[in-house]
Amino acid sequence: MSASDNMIPAPAVRSKPLIIRHLPYFIGAAVLVALAAGMQFDGYILNILLQATTFSIAVFGLSVVLGLCGQINLAQAAFFGFGAYAVGLGTADLHLNFWLCLVGACAITLVAGAFLGMSTLRLGGHYLAMVTISFQQIVTLVMINAVGVTHGPDGVANIRRPELFQSSQSYLAFCVAMLAIVGYLVWHLPDTKLGRAMRAVRDNELAAGVNGIDVFRTKVSAFAVCAVLGGLAGGLFAGGFAYVSPDQFSFAESIQFLTMSLLGGVASPIGSVIGTGLLILIPEWLRFLKSVPGLYLAIYGLSVILIIRFMPDGIWGFVSDAFTRWRAHTKAPPVAGALHLKPATAGGDIVLEVTGLSKHFGGLKAVDGVDIAVKRGSVHALIGPNGSGKTTTLNVLSGLYKATSGKIVLDGTDITSMAPHQRTAAGLGRTFQNIRLFRSMTALENVEIGAERPSNTMIGKGDDALTERAMEALTFVGLGNRANELISSFSYGHQRLIEIARALASNPTLLLLDEPAAGLNSTEKLELHELLKRIAAQGLTILIIDHDMTLVSEAAQHITVLNFGRRIADGESMAVLRHPDVVSAYLGSE
Amino acid sequence: MDLILQLLFTGIGIGAVYALVALGFVLIFRATNVVNFAQGEFSMVAAYLMVVCVEFGLPYWLSFVIALAGMALLGVIFNLGVYYPLRHRTYLPVIIATIGASILLSNTVLAIYGPQPQVLQGWFDTPGIQLGPVYLDSQYLLIIGVTILLVLFNFWFFEKTLLGKKLQATSQDKEMASLLGISVSTMIMITFIYSAVLGGLAGILVAPVLFVSIQMGSTIALKAFAATIIGGFGDVAGAIVGGLALGVIETFGAAYISVPYKDGFAFLVLIAFLVFRPQGIFGERVAEKA
Repeated sequence: MSASDNMIPAPAVRSKPLIIRHLPYFIGAAVLVALAAGMQFDGYILNILLQATTFSIAVFGLSVVLGLCGQINLAQAAFFGFGAYAVGLGTADLHLNFWLCLVGACAITLVAGAFLGMSTLRLGGHYLAMVTISFQQIVTLVMINAVGVTHGPDGVANIRRPELFQSSQSYLAFCVAMLAIVGYLVWHLPDTKLGRAMRAVRDNELAAGVNGIDVFRTKVSAFAVCAVLGGLAGGLFAGGFAYVSPDQFSFAESIQFLTMSLLGGVASPIGSVIGTGLLILIPEWLRFLKSVPGLYLAIYGLSVILIIRFMPDGIWGFVSDAFTRWRAHTKAPPVAGALHLKPATAGGDIVLEVTGLSKHFGGLKAVDGVDIAVKRGSVHALIGPNGSGKTTTLNVLSGLYKATSGKIVLDGTDITSMAPHQRTAAGLGRTFQNIRLFRSMTALENVEIGAERPSNTMIGKGDDALTERAMEALTFVGLGNRANELISSFSYGHQRLIEIARALASNPTLLLLDEPAAGLNSTEKLELHELLKRIAAQGLTILIIDHDMTLVSEAAQHITVLNFGRRIADGESMAVLRHPDVVSAYLGSE
Repeated sequence: MDLILQLLFTGIGIGAVYALVALGFVLIFRATNVVNFAQGEFSMVAAYLMVVCVEFGLPYWLSFVIALAGMALLGVIFNLGVYYPLRHRTYLPVIIATIGASILLSNTVLAIYGPQPQVLQGWFDTPGIQLGPVYLDSQYLLIIGVTILLVLFNFWFFEKTLLGKKLQATSQDKEMASLLGISVSTMIMITFIYSAVLGGLAGILVAPVLFVSIQMGSTIALKAFAATIIGGFGDVAGAIVGGLALGVIETFGAAYISVPYKDGFAFLVLIAFLVFRPQGIFGERVAEKA
């Protein structure tokens, strides 16, 4: 890579290796494990601790699927039950080794979770809520009625533990260790590629798609991770209590997991542990309420409504939010070098060739047989009056709409039938007229997601290279010094620049800009114009839609004009703007 | 053949109940864009109100009126306590809050009334009539009759009255409706009241057929929701056709395949629909606008 040779190396973002920085966590975890193993608890306390530990792992699953990825799962108790029955039936009836059963529990829930996810995650939230409830009900029905396999309502007794952890005390220590390990992984998930993808999907699915994220696969992964954690927790639970029965895995338990997750804070494993701990301890304190059947659960239901209303981010969310805002203002962003754009090339003179493109909505021909050829290294504008089909064309180009007919070739690759994230991988970058940023993230994190585009040759390996590239892009648009601030603290104009930075970081072959000047004031428009010149100077090909004729005529060398979905003019800028059809389309004919 | 006709009648009868509850779902969904997971509890609460009034010695018709008035009130409280404070948030918190409300309602009834299922006698004294080979249970006839009337009423109300048109306008574009001088929050309030009453009506009608129990609400609601998806989510006709279809499928499934798994058929059909035809029988695919 010749371009990276002359790149100014940015200072390393993280100075100490990960393992050193996280040493306090592991020391704390080791202390907890030692306490669990060494302190003498009576049976009652031991059971409560065991329950809290295993439930917490199941609730971690919800913090991944709901907190990170924004998808609902109302069947976590079913997955928990899968794990419990796998270990229960495996050790008690089939006399298999505990570890084998525990691995089996994870494998079964992985398959079940992935299958359930794949069948429904293409649909939105309400469907998912409904399907997971249905799944939960079917699992409960089977647990109760398939007496030959599951022992029905009697449940499974005499579940065994591994040889190594026969005493309850040592088993608890083992579970606490598992909790610490899983907690560590879940804690760090948000900063991995998959975790960032999940957050992007949660914040804005469309934007995630056009930034190269396979939305569907990300959701299925989140769902499968959640299911596996449920299964693992269930397996540990079965070993701990030696007896399981169907009523422990009912819909009500799924709701309990959900409430634990919401109460503590759905975004973090720490919240999961807080919520789980509280909801296991509080009922113990309120045992007297259990003398009236229903009263306790009624209070439970009421608290769900109150938590949602008054503490949307849970207990830990409330605490950490304050901390994040404080840190964003104190943590200095790293210094970055200059951004280099090096559009990939297959050699041809035409980067984007669109032939006979049509998009019909029912009887409406929004785009009707349009041809566009964008020359390499040029700025090409697509203009037309309102309703002429510009944005529809852009949406068909980036894959948000399926073309009714026609062909789109990007740098020699036919992308006509690709999904949005595949087009991005093929070299397309875009911004939106109505800004679509990932709102819960910082500017830097937003741009990092862009930089993470599959087949981006401009970044090296590892997180540091990613941050470096993102910082370069942010600095390029002039916002490097505010990299660690949340999106909500930026003005509209700056948010647009962050969107452009996000697209640039991915080093696209072709950049699609959807009305970048819309909503900007005159100073911001001048800055935008300046920015476009600097981008074009690096040889990046741009296809721009805009209403601002000054911007279009100055920036673009080539213009295509649409009206009523058809191309009415195409050619060199000045000539096109004087074309009589164009003038009459804009000003009306005499 | 006789058995098939008999099962068809029973299936349509129980399906009509699903259709009524499904209608309540759809109306709230169209007005607020959220699914009310406590819709089934409306049916359960109404059935219990009915049992309480009848046991108190009130005439059946008066109990009926009181129970429905109670549901209207519950609709108001539900809107103010659960939906309204969260109206500017995404669908997820609202779903979770309605689930919380469903737990609250069913367990409050449990705490007050205890776990024993209650019996409510039917509206008519005659249990039913024999029509050729088919025995027509009077309560099922009533359910089917009321459902037909309600569907007609619903059509008239939404298509022919000004209030109905205002409600439709609200569900299609809240901002535009409010610019035209329609009070959106009033329209949403009316929707909640109407759909609580619909749910309550379904509960009262089905109570003599099933037992009146704490769980009756969630069972009916889950199937009614499945019905809305099978019919086409958010579509009024779809909710009714889906409800009827589900009732028939379930009745035949129980008769010919398995009784213990009767409640599972609805969910299997639902998952099959979601996989192969997620837009349902009447629905259209919709895409988010960029």
